[in-house]
Amino acid sequence: MSLSNEKKKEMFWIMLLSRRLDERAWVLHRQGKIAFHISGIGQEAAQVGAASAITKGKDWLVPYYRDLAMMIAMGMTPAEFLMSLFGKAAEPTSGARQMPSHFSLKRANIVSHSAPVATQSPHAAGIALGIKMDKSDQVVLTTIGEGATSQGEWYEAVNFAAVHTLPVVFLVENNQYAISVPQKLQMAVSGAAEKACGLGLEGIKVDGTQVFKVHQTVLDAVVKARQGEGPTVIEAEMYRLTPHSSDDDDRSYRTREEVERHKKKDPIILAKNHLLSEGLLSEEEYQTLEEKAKSQVDDAVKAAQQAPFPKGETAASPVYAQEVNHG
Amino acid sequence: MAEITLVEAVRQAMDEELGRDKKVFVIGEDVGVRGGVFRATVGLFEKYGDERVIDSPLAELTIVGVGIGAALYGKRPICEIQFADFIYPAFNQIISEAAKMFYRSNGDWSVPMVIRAPYGGGIGGGLYHSQSVEAFFTHVPGLKVVIPSNPYDAKGLLKSAVRDPNPVLFFEPKKGYRLIKGEVPDDEDYTVPIGPAKITRAGQDMSVFAYGMMHHYALQAAETVAKEGIDVEIVDLRTLYPVDRETILKSVRKTSKALIVHEDNLTGGYGAEVAATIAEWGFMDLDAPIRRLAGPDVPAVPFSHPMQGWFMVDADKIANAIRDLASF
Ligand SMILES: Cc1ncc(C[n+]2csc(CCOP(=O)(O)OP(=O)(O)O)c2C)c(N)n1
Ligand SMILES: [Mg+2]
Repeated sequence: MSLSNEKKKEMFWIMLLSRRLDERAWVLHRQGKIAFHISGIGQEAAQVGAASAITKGKDWLVPYYRDLAMMIAMGMTPAEFLMSLFGKAAEPTSGARQMPSHFSLKRANIVSHSAPVATQSPHAAGIALGIKMDKSDQVVLTTIGEGATSQGEWYEAVNFAAVHTLPVVFLVENNQYAISVPQKLQMAVSGAAEKACGLGLEGIKVDGTQVFKVHQTVLDAVVKARQGEGPTVIEAEMYRLTPHSSDDDDRSYRTREEVERHKKKDPIILAKNHLLSEGLLSEEEYQTLEEKAKSQVDDAVKAAQQAPFPKGETAASPVYAQEVNHG
Repeated sequence: MAEITLVEAVRQAMDEELGRDKKVFVIGEDVGVRGGVFRATVGLFEKYGDERVIDSPLAELTIVGVGIGAALYGKRPICEIQFADFIYPAFNQIISEAAKMFYRSNGDWSVPMVIRAPYGGGIGGGLYHSQSVEAFFTHVPGLKVVIPSNPYDAKGLLKSAVRDPNPVLFFEPKKGYRLIKGEVPDDEDYTVPIGPAKITRAGQDMSVFAYGMMHHYALQAAETVAKEGIDVEIVDLRTLYPVDRETILKSVRKTSKALIVHEDNLTGGYGAEVAATIAEWGFMDLDAPIRRLAGPDVPAVPFSHPMQGWFMVDADKIANAIRDLASF
């Protein structure tokens, strides 16, 4: 099943919009308007490729903090993300309780995750267990960084999913670093995909800078999961083009040359070139998309800045479930 | 004497202990080339090499569990947990193993190790970069729990912790890392003993018990209310476990009023132990109810500024609590 031209252009648009939004967050941080940003720059291909392989509104997503582009692909708006950066009451992930990029979007079956890494992986297995119990044909996609696959929680989740043949896809976004720690100090195997073998699963590596390749790989795993054939571990390899977060200074542990080298494989440029060479996009259309992205981000920043902060005392609740009426 | 920051005091203590004893090593996430996300291990990797300053995999259970093994073998590990909030994956190893090893082997096997972790809020860190976790550990015999409030103590207590034959949890008030400065002796190998609390401001009208960042704020609040004629005694608890009951009771005997301050949430917090100590052994000395000022009972510190401000105990809130108790 190959992607339609429209779908390909749509995926590129989401990548581009996410990139410009992400870059604006860095600008806002430099301007002192926000306190913190953790970036997904360089990982958009993997995220948009994967998100577009599941069915919005039906399937489940259990993401991690780098997944801005994945969230945009799943329908979170730039204004919603920006409100979380500013800590505004109406941001939809946590009512401004969590730090930015700790995603959740109830309306899209996207489950809230915390900051301690790998805690989300068993949740994905549990959701998949429920799906299997109900003989539903939904699937779960869950993401994680390669560093976090060192946590017991990740192994335990993959193991459980494998034992019970659960409909879940474990996507590892291998951006080579866990803050400053390179992969070789994280694991002795060639990558997280290889770990899956020891748990009885197929582990697949894919070039995470190529959006359409990732899409096909994840789609195959999603189809397999939907047919009741169990989980897959997919490792998308790319490079974290920014420091770990706005609190990090990556000059202390990697050279500028190394970073520059990887910029040549910027997934946005690769996708653009792909579309240009296939004749699906012209330079003029591309410029129009750039302008559209800029104006959408501009508008979203304005809206987010104008939105009200929460009142301090609203932090007192909700602590127990009966306090919330989901109506 | 040189004036240094709290985080620099922590760094110096590790540097000097690594230099003093070959058995000492540091293990944690990003402690190597990066020098720690809070820069607490800057320069140590270059000075002592990758066998004694180890960048661990991203797994706290590994950091602590491997630390315990190395300690059983005879090493002196300093384990860094990047944020106290991320200590829970290691909880089983700390509670089931480190704390109980000596007792369960009838004294044959001991675990001389330090687990360092920055804790506390007010830094825009949201639910998972702001927690105070001390109360989980002050319940557990076999562990020692230390929280310094200033550079002098941080350096002296951390050195004592490294030399202690038991597992010591060493929680560092991260908001104070650069904010709190103080003098420490140059080139002098001093230590501060684990155990005793310290009266850091003598006063007559009430005792305020605090530790870490809250101790810093309590001192500020004491200065504010001093201008209004309220003379506060401040006790820096420093070692939370084992509890220094003697110093607590001595202070209450003098002032007859007690306010306990911590930023961890109220219920089941460390303040309950101090309050119980006073109620049980100092009741006759009191002329007002014991008061606790603590974080509210919500799951953690929220991110957005107004909500964080609502959660955090600060110097103003402490001053108000002091006025309130003084007027009883
Ligand atoms: C349990 C836990 N320990 C430590 C941290 C601090 N921390 C946040 S992100 C990170 C590195 C994560 O690396 P990786 O899993 O590769 O994901 P990436 O950030 O590279 O996308 C660390 C150590 C954390 N969030 N949770
Ligand atoms: Mg990584």
